[in-house]
Amino acid sequence: MLRYFKIFLFFVIVPFNIWAQEVEMQLVSGGIYTPLYGSTEESQVEIPGFFMDAKPVTHEQFQLFVLQYPEWRKSNVRRLYADESYLNSWKGDFGVPRQLKNSPVNNVSWYAAKAYCECQDKRLPTTDEWEFVAMASEKSVDAREDSLFNQRIVSSYEKPKTFLKEVGKTTPNYYGIYDLHGLVWEWVYDFNSIIITEESRSNNSTDNNLFCAGGAVSANDLMNYAAFMRYAIRSSVKARNTMSNMGFRCVKDDTKVLSSKLIY
Amino acid sequence: MKTHKKNYKHLKQLLLLMTAVFFISACQKEIEVKKSHYNKNADIKTLGVMKAELTAPPFVPAPVGKRVAKKLIVDMEIIEEVAEMDNGVEYVYWTFGGSVPGSFIRTRVGDEVEFTLKNHPDNKLPHNIDLHAVTGQGGGAEASFVAPGQQRTFTFKAINPGLYVYHCATAPVGMHIANGMYGLILVEPIGGLDPVDREFYVMQGDFYTKGKHGEKGLQDFDLQKAIDENPDYVVFNGKVGSLTGDNAIKAKVGESVRIFFGNGGPNLASSFHVIGEIFDKVYLEGGSKVNENVQTTLVPAGGSAMLEFTVESPDNLVLVDHSIFRAFNKGALGILSVEGEENEKVFGGVIAEGPYNPETKIDDGTPPIETEVVVDENPGEPVTTTQNIDEVMAKGKKLYAQNCLACHQPEGQGIAGAFPPLAKSDYLNKDTDRAINVLLNGLNGEITVNGDTYNSVMPAQRLSDEDNAAVLTYIYNNWGNNGTVVTPEQVKKQR
Repeated sequence: MLRYFKIFLFFVIVPFNIWAQEVEMQLVSGGIYTPLYGSTEESQVEIPGFFMDAKPVTHEQFQLFVLQYPEWRKSNVRRLYADESYLNSWKGDFGVPRQLKNSPVNNVSWYAAKAYCECQDKRLPTTDEWEFVAMASEKSVDAREDSLFNQRIVSSYEKPKTFLKEVGKTTPNYYGIYDLHGLVWEWVYDFNSIIITEESRSNNSTDNNLFCAGGAVSANDLMNYAAFMRYAIRSSVKARNTMSNMGFRCVKDDTKVLSSKLIY
Repeated sequence: MKTHKKNYKHLKQLLLLMTAVFFISACQKEIEVKKSHYNKNADIKTLGVMKAELTAPPFVPAPVGKRVAKKLIVDMEIIEEVAEMDNGVEYVYWTFGGSVPGSFIRTRVGDEVEFTLKNHPDNKLPHNIDLHAVTGQGGGAEASFVAPGQQRTFTFKAINPGLYVYHCATAPVGMHIANGMYGLILVEPIGGLDPVDREFYVMQGDFYTKGKHGEKGLQDFDLQKAIDENPDYVVFNGKVGSLTGDNAIKAKVGESVRIFFGNGGPNLASSFHVIGEIFDKVYLEGGSKVNENVQTTLVPAGGSAMLEFTVESPDNLVLVDHSIFRAFNKGALGILSVEGEENEKVFGGVIAEGPYNPETKIDDGTPPIETEVVVDENPGEPVTTTQNIDEVMAKGKKLYAQNCLACHQPEGQGIAGAFPPLAKSDYLNKDTDRAINVLLNGLNGEITVNGDTYNSVMPAQRLSDEDNAAVLTYIYNNWGNNGTVVTPEQVKKQR
C-alpha cells in the first residue's frame, strides 16, 4: 500500500512540481569588494555578475529533490555524505512537517546542498559571492558601515529557532534577494577555504586579521562582527555535518556578463 | 717580568674557567629545580574513574577532601536560551550547562580531566572552552571548538592548584563572554582545602543591552556599548536579584563561610565587598597567597578570589561591587542572610540617641547674662497638633531629602527594579499603618508596587514620632498621592 502511495506521489506531485521548481532568481551585477579577511587593496576581489536564488531553498523544494533523486533520501544517503542529523525534522523519507513547508530546508550537508544545485543546473555560491550580496541592505549595495544594519544582523544571529520562519516574508535587499540574514546560515561552495585556526586568538594564523578575536577589533570595524560569526560557523563544520540552523541557496553564472566582462 | 706576565695570564684563564664552571653548574641546578617542580604534579598517578559533579550557582560540588587523583569525566552542554535578566527584561544567554555563570567544576591537583563539550543542535553558533586551569594550547580552546549539533572530547591534567575562570573563546570572543559564557573551575591542593561550614559560588558579569537599564522586553546585545565598556547591568550570577529575596544565600551565626568569587567580565574589574563583614582570609587572585583581614578585594575580569570569613552576628550581609553605583543602579547586589542569636560582644547596637544641636557661641568678652530657666510643664504633649500644615510639610521635605531621597529619588519615582516608587504608589496609598510600620521596622522581601515586584531591603528609620509623621505627611501630599495627614499619635500607636 505504501509503495503504491509513493508511486502515486511520484506521478502526481513530481510533474506538477518540476514546473514549480522554476524558482525566482535575481541578477547580481558584479563588482569589486574587499572581503573581511583582507585589509589592503591587493586583497580586493572582483566578482563577475551572476544570478542568485531570491530565497533560500525550502523544505518543500528539497522534498521534490529527494523524490527525484533517491540517493539523497534519508534512508539511502551515505553517512560519508551526511551525518546522523540529516533532515532531522522529517518523518521518514518524504515527511516534511506541514508548518515547515515554506521554511528554509535545514539539517542538510554540504554534499547534499551541492548536489541539489547541480541537479538544477546551478551551483553553490562562493564565499565571496555570498558575502558580496550579503553586504547589501534594502537601499544600498554596501551597507557594511551602516551601524543599524549591522546591529540588526548581529541580533538576528542571536534569536533562537529562526529556522522555523517562512522564507520571503521580509523586505528584500537591493538586488531583490530575501533572507540572507535572519533565518539560517547558508552553505557556500568553499566554506572551509579560509583556513581559520580553531583557536580564535592565536597569532600564527595565516588569516590573522580575521581571527585575532574581539580584542583586536577596533570600534570602526564594527561591521565585521556579523561577518566574524559567519566565518566562525563556516570554519566549525565539516562537509558531512548538518545543522538546524544551516540551509542554502543556489546561484548561476550570468553568461552574458561573463562574455562582456571587458565592458567594465 | 715575562714570567710574571705569563702567570698572570694563567690566573686569568683559571678564573675564566672557574666562572664558566660555576655558571654551568648554576644553570644545571636551575633546570633540575624546574623539572622536579613540573614533575611533581604532572606525574601524579591517577587511580580510578569518577564522573564530576557539576552545580549551578550559588551551589558548589562536594569538596575533594582526601581522595586520590582520578580520571575525572566532565560532561558539559552549551545551551543558548532566553532567560530573565530583571523584572520583565529578557535576554538571550549563551551558557555552559544552562546557567550563568556556567556549572562549577571541582577537581584536585593530579586529576586527569576528560572533558566533553556538547553544542546543542538548536544553537546557532559554534563555541569552545578556554579553561584557565589548563596549561597549553589556548586552555583547550582549539581542541574543544565545536559546531552546533556536534560534540568534542579532550583531556588535560590539573597541575596547578587554584580557582580558575573558564570561558568561551570563539570569535567574536567579547560577545561570547558578554552573553554569559564563563564559569569557575577549582583545582584543590593535595589533601583538599580546609573544611568550612558553607560554600557558595558567586560570579560577577557586565551586560550590554539595547534598551537602558530596566527597559522591558527581550533585549538585544548592544555591541557599541560593549566596545565603549558602558554596561547597563553589572550583576552577580547572571541576573538582577539572583542572590536577593528568596534567592539570598544563608548561614547561621558562628559558621565559617567560603565564597568562590569569580569575575567573568567581559570588561569591568570588581571591587568585591561584603557590607558588614571582614574577610578573615582572601586567597588573592584565586592563587595560593593568603591575605588576612581584608575589607574589599579587587578581582580582575577573567580572574577570581577565594574568600573566607566567620559570620559573627545575625544580619543581612550585603554582597556588592564597591564601585558602588554598580550595586545600587546596575544590579550588583546580593544578600547573605545570617540567622541566630544576637552577639552584643561583637556588635552592641544603638545604646543612646538624641538631638545634636551645637550652639553658636558669641564670645564678645562680656559676662553671660543670668536668665531664669523655664520648665516645660507638659513634656509629653505632642507639638504637631498645634503646628500648621505648612511647617509640617517643610519639615517633612527636609527629612525626606536626608533620609529617603537617595533611594526613592527626588520626585518619589524610585529606581526600576531596585527601589519602589513613592509617587502615585498603590502600596503606599492603600494602607497608612503599613506605611508607618515600614518606617519603624524596615521592610525586607518581595512586595508589589504599581504592578512591579521589588525584592530589596529597606532599613528601619530611626526618627521620632513627630519626624516620622512629618515625612509621611510630606510624601502623602505630593506626587499624586492621596493627601493623608499622618499624626505623631498614629505613629506612636504602631510602635
